[in-house]
Amino acid sequence: MSIDTFLILEKIILVVIIIAASMGVAAYSTWAERKVAAVMQDRIGPLRAGPFGLLQPLADGGKLFFKEEIVPDNSTKWLFMLAPAMFIFTSLMTSAIIPWGPDFVINGSEGARTVALQVADINIGILYVFGVVSIGVYGIMLGGWASNNKFSLLSAIRAASQAISYELALGLSLIALLMLTGTLSLRTIVEQQHGFWDGNYFTWNFFKQPLGFVIFLVCSFAELNRAPFDMPESESELNMGYHLEYSSMKLGMFLFAEYINMFISSAVLATLFFGGYNFPWMDQVQAAVPSGIFSLICVGVLMAKVVGFILFFMFVRWTLPRFRFDQLLNLGWTKLIPLALFNMLVTGAVILFFFNKK
Amino acid sequence: MCNFLWLASTEGIGSYAPVLIQLLIAGAVVSLLMLLTHILGPKRKTKDKLINFESGIEQIGNARKPMGVKYFIVAILFVLFDVEVIFFYPYAVNFRELGTEGFLAVLMFVALFVCGFVYVIKKGALKWED
Amino acid sequence: MVEKHIQLAENSVEKETTTINLGPTHPATHGIFQNIMEIDGERVIKTEMTVGYIHRAFEKIAERRPYSQITPLTDRLNYCSAPINNFGWHMTIEKLVGLEVPKRVDYLRVIIMELARIADHLVCNSVIGVDTGALTPFTYVFQWREKIYEIYEGICGSRLTTNIGRIGGFERNFPDDTWKKIHDFMDGFPAVLKEFETLLTRNRIFMDRCIGAGAISAERALNWSMTGPNLRATGVDYDVRVHSPYSSYNEFDFKIPVGSAGDVYDRYLVRNGEMWESYRIIQQALDKLKGMDSSIFHADAPEFYLPEKADVYTKMEALIYHFKIVMGETDLPPGEVYHSVEGGNGELGYYLVSDGGRTPYRLHFRRPCFIYYQAFNEMVAGGLFSDAVVTLSSINVIAGELDA
Repeated sequence: MSIDTFLILEKIILVVIIIAASMGVAAYSTWAERKVAAVMQDRIGPLRAGPFGLLQPLADGGKLFFKEEIVPDNSTKWLFMLAPAMFIFTSLMTSAIIPWGPDFVINGSEGARTVALQVADINIGILYVFGVVSIGVYGIMLGGWASNNKFSLLSAIRAASQAISYELALGLSLIALLMLTGTLSLRTIVEQQHGFWDGNYFTWNFFKQPLGFVIFLVCSFAELNRAPFDMPESESELNMGYHLEYSSMKLGMFLFAEYINMFISSAVLATLFFGGYNFPWMDQVQAAVPSGIFSLICVGVLMAKVVGFILFFMFVRWTLPRFRFDQLLNLGWTKLIPLALFNMLVTGAVILFFFNKK
Repeated sequence: MCNFLWLASTEGIGSYAPVLIQLLIAGAVVSLLMLLTHILGPKRKTKDKLINFESGIEQIGNARKPMGVKYFIVAILFVLFDVEVIFFYPYAVNFRELGTEGFLAVLMFVALFVCGFVYVIKKGALKWED
Repeated sequence: MVEKHIQLAENSVEKETTTINLGPTHPATHGIFQNIMEIDGERVIKTEMTVGYIHRAFEKIAERRPYSQITPLTDRLNYCSAPINNFGWHMTIEKLVGLEVPKRVDYLRVIIMELARIADHLVCNSVIGVDTGALTPFTYVFQWREKIYEIYEGICGSRLTTNIGRIGGFERNFPDDTWKKIHDFMDGFPAVLKEFETLLTRNRIFMDRCIGAGAISAERALNWSMTGPNLRATGVDYDVRVHSPYSSYNEFDFKIPVGSAGDVYDRYLVRNGEMWESYRIIQQALDKLKGMDSSIFHADAPEFYLPEKADVYTKMEALIYHFKIVMGETDLPPGEVYHSVEGGNGELGYYLVSDGGRTPYRLHFRRPCFIYYQAFNEMVAGGLFSDAVVTLSSINVIAGELDA
């Protein structure tokens, strides 16, 4: 047995863990969303299934499996089936490039072996996320169109317009960051943000790119179809929109995929702007504990940041009203895009004229 | 030593191999979910159940009609501008090497971008209330 | 401005619009009524309002019912502020027969009516929030509507469809714990309303959604004979409580909040302002009640007001009146009377024609919702679909009142 079989085995294990974890986090995000909403609204929230209602996601998931699968008569059946599969599939794919923790070393009988806590360190890095996320829009589009329902169709078209409009600003806001890092690889970007304080300056990109972060965050809200940008599924106008005609786990997959997307985009936000798995005094901690434990701590730190972002997404959802569709497009096109361009140029000028040490 | 050596490289196409693994596993998970819900759910189709939702009454006309052209204008604008945004990426990555000269070139590019952008906005492509 | 270069033929494919049914079962229609909307993308071209889904023929039913038994029908008009409807009906009868009620009854009625107005406006304004996507303020104020319902419950035993009060007064005096609940409400409510306003009023997204949406001019609103908050939002200071005072409203000091643009935001502000004024009115009423004989809760009108049960068994006269009232054998004088109250939604009028019998010859409810809903097309045509939904919740169409 060669060592490279281990590599494949290692990747398979990592992928299985990540997929299981993203689904688990997504499931418990639904619980957390309901609890957060309950706390914010002076209610109790899920309580009956298990202590603090902790088994509620399982009960919900189980219920959805045992519901009747309804495919409307005048829908396009195979597209109707394909849409939720596609949507959740893309959301499961995005996690591939996120570095979950630093490498750790296993000392085996065949010698030391470095294990990377990242599925794939591909050179286009963040572009991969954008690419896969754009395919996810097809899931919504197909779902809305295949249902052959006016509300769904309207919602699907809204979702598509919204997603593509904010992708521009999303891309532009990232360019300023890429000027700083000089690479697309998320792994390198995280390593550049090592620790927290580098003697002279904060290492996390948030402190170098606050405006870029705000634009990126707003665009993430829009890409996720979360409130206040939840136009496609605005329940008071379009009756939940593109997944209006769905039932059973197919509906569950749409809802689930949105939570997985929220998890992944939180991870991307944390990785790009908040130092990923880096934390203050990490060097001292690394010296004190074994490599495996240190990696676990790092994963924990990243998870804490992710949970923080997820909670932030939830707080915003239960606080703000929703935009109107034209206002949403106007915000994206006439405010965020110029702002992102401005941010890009200022960043470029500042780096060139003040920090160009070459 | 073995056939999998290309997997270990982090450069080139080899780095995508783990993505392939993820693709397969994710595909399997999704298929499993679809299959499970198909098998487990009850199947009692009735005519009324399979009608589209239309606020509780009969649907008037077909849903698949030509939609407002505004959405497509947004889509076309996206295609135009996204291509330009994509051009920024290689520049951003190689920003430090290209130096001041590169920056001026990009400034020009941005100026052209802004011209098109202002034209589109002034033309009212994003005005929904007319 | 987009120039239109090409003139499209009337039935060309490019001009085809989508017809969407907003209702009868759609989250935007709070209740059962229908809008057949022609939309072109996001824009509403026109909407056709359909009523009658829960028409229960109350006006016809009332022609077969004795006067005292019509009160429960009025509950089901605007069920968000049922006590106002009940008292309005009682006052109509009192006006027809010329019955004077004691001052204390007037003040008690004022307290309950203003509480009902607060409950009504809380629902309406928080539902504007829900329809714009902000669910949280809704849950905050709903707890306080619940407290108002508990006050009703203490007085009449029911919560939503109250059937509160009788012709000539109340069925029983307010219990002590209800007074406590009223005072608790008065203590806690301003903070809640302030919090509610803090969450929504100056919220940028909420303002963007509401300002300019579903606007109607004062002139058009008057032509549609709109009343209530929706008229006042356009800048006309018409309030039945001031212009034809009933139930001693002329003794109270309060302002009429008015808007200027007649859009969703102004309606929201007017309703919020009215809640503050209602609060002040209740305070004044509570002050006026101090030092009054607290045993009075109905007029001395044996023909209309049920006697004590103990008297029914011991006194001949009480037995006779008890029988006549319960069997609905009280004849009213012939005549015509129109009485209107400022309902939660606007001028709620009762037009009653009596031919001297035990039942009305003809009864008509002037239901403000029905009138607002007719103007809906004018408010939303040409606007955006999302605006139409918010407008619908801001004019506060309540299906029960719409269809009677």
